[in-house]
Amino acid sequence: MEPLQLLAPDGTLTGDVPDGLDEDRLVGMMRLMLLGRRLDQKAIALQRRGKLGTYAPLSGQEAASVGSSFAMDPDVDHLVPQYREQLAMLHWGLPLGTYLLQRYGHPRGAELPEHRRLYPQQVALAAHAPHATGLAWGLRLRGERAAVICHFGDGASSEGDAHEAMNLAGVTGAPVIFVIQNNGWAISVPLHLQTRGVIARRADGVGIAGERVDGNDVLAMYAATRRARARALDGGGATLIEAVTYRLGAHTTADDPTKYVDADELEDARTRDPLTRYRTWLTGAGLWDEAREEAAVAWIDETVDEAVRVFDAAGPVDPGAMFDHVYADEPPRLARQRAEYLAALGGGA
Amino acid sequence: MTVRSMIETIRLTLEDEMARDERVMVLGEDVGTQGGVFRATEGLKARFGADRVVDTPVAEAGIIGASIGLATAGMVPVAELQFLGFAHQAFHQIGFQLARFRYRTLGRFPLQVTIRAPYGGAVHAPELHSDAFEGMLANAPGLKIVAPSTAADARGLLTSAIRDPDPVLYLEPLRGYRLVRDEVPDDEHLVPIGTARIARPGRDVTVLAWSFQVVNALEAAEAAAEEGIEVEVVDVRSLVPLDETTIAESVSRTGRCVVVEEAPRTAGFGAELTSTVQELCFLDLEAPIARLAGWDTPYPMPLLEKDYIPGTARILDAVRRTVAF
Repeated sequence: MEPLQLLAPDGTLTGDVPDGLDEDRLVGMMRLMLLGRRLDQKAIALQRRGKLGTYAPLSGQEAASVGSSFAMDPDVDHLVPQYREQLAMLHWGLPLGTYLLQRYGHPRGAELPEHRRLYPQQVALAAHAPHATGLAWGLRLRGERAAVICHFGDGASSEGDAHEAMNLAGVTGAPVIFVIQNNGWAISVPLHLQTRGVIARRADGVGIAGERVDGNDVLAMYAATRRARARALDGGGATLIEAVTYRLGAHTTADDPTKYVDADELEDARTRDPLTRYRTWLTGAGLWDEAREEAAVAWIDETVDEAVRVFDAAGPVDPGAMFDHVYADEPPRLARQRAEYLAALGGGA
Repeated sequence: MTVRSMIETIRLTLEDEMARDERVMVLGEDVGTQGGVFRATEGLKARFGADRVVDTPVAEAGIIGASIGLATAGMVPVAELQFLGFAHQAFHQIGFQLARFRYRTLGRFPLQVTIRAPYGGAVHAPELHSDAFEGMLANAPGLKIVAPSTAADARGLLTSAIRDPDPVLYLEPLRGYRLVRDEVPDDEHLVPIGTARIARPGRDVTVLAWSFQVVNALEAAEAAAEEGIEVEVVDVRSLVPLDETTIAESVSRTGRCVVVEEAPRTAGFGAELTSTVQELCFLDLEAPIARLAGWDTPYPMPLLEKDYIPGTARILDAVRRTVAF
């Protein structure tokens, strides 16, 4: 199953530029992809200085995230992300400062935008896939014209929840798009130990549409997701998109990939870098140049610096936050534990 | 008031709630055309349609996971697990997704979801159909757990569960589905979640039980009365949140306590009750708190189950020993 490709690795356009992308949006995708790459560097540096907890870098997967996100309408559609979807979450309006607070472990890092179209990031692999199906199914039952996009990885695709979610999407006709980021690795386990099948073909097994896409080609990712969204909104049901990409960095800051990634394989993967490919084409099309790159980098640095300022200003954790939002109404037994805890802190009950 | 069986009451209550609120939907295995393997949803699909009474694929994690999504879309799902024993296949979705969604989103995504599950033994069911593992899920903060023992409470607690802004696991006693019959209000009836019920007043000893063990405890109390022992039976009925006030008031008054459950003894919910009573009533206790539970074995083959589940005889024996201490 050959992956859909619109941009060759050398940046040559091999198909048509998809509908729905004007110059601003073409440039916007480049800027968000660049932000992802630089965010990785900055976040890893912050983590090394003890300011962030575990961070999952996304380098190599920028096109898969950004292309699929830009094909959706964050003002209408819903995002149900796994933890490596920083860029998609930002696209749906999550403030970067909030994202960093989440990685720091501050309770305020759990804040989500008021609009409720962004789910919290999921850490249990594929556990959010049935949520996405249910949400999309519910939107259909409520008569709302909107679609749901749900990302997870090739490792998570082995979970039973992934199958249950896709199968249920098939029988309910739920307007949901599953984007499986096949980045070649589940921490240290390579794809061939994860599955011997073609992930996109699983769509046939559950009766939904399936596409295999070059995940390092932002235009192809955009085109496939846009098609899937139109299908979802027109009552055509769910789509599985396998984004064939490669994780250029570590699984997380707690991981050392030099122990298991072959150096030659990594070098080879770098020749298919999604940023280089898109930058080359965008430059040739007259939409990108050094000045734009510098302006984008300045904007990114300011965005990250501002986020770090928000992060630094978050202040100490309110100890009572431990007990907030367990239930709508705090049961007496829990209220007693809260009082016991606060009294022990010297704060009184 | 009408005398109804528990299963009939559950069906009626589901119908009333679906008629009252068009967001309420029922989903699960065989709940649609067949009306559920125990007929708890009989006739609902004919009245409310296939969009609101949904036969799902056989996939428990998918049923509960999808209920989470449905709730965030604005529906009010009432998911049926055909047997609580099958909830193991949805354990992570119930205990670690459904239960904590409100918490991990700082209240942005509350989940008004009810899970109905028949459970408990003594019905000669096949393997893995009879286990009582409510204690495992009582260890998942954010989830409420109720277990009625009367048809009237089945109505009151199910209505409250469906309307509760938090997820509720609603446990139905398999043994009591048709055996339990009592007067049920015809009109809307709510029992507040988090309240226990004094099922029989008495002055000598308190028996704490829930679900079908309340029926056994009442039988034991009847027998004890003939020996001059006045047993107070407290139907705990809401495991989470727990009505500590009613429980502690009763035990402090009688000074003696027997805790009964069907689960294996080690780490069963009865251990939590025992510890709570010990903390709250220590100075009023005249005897050690007695615990009755299933043995620490896997649930046995059906021909042995009558000796596994604490029945009337074991309860009566524990009552006598506790009073004589």
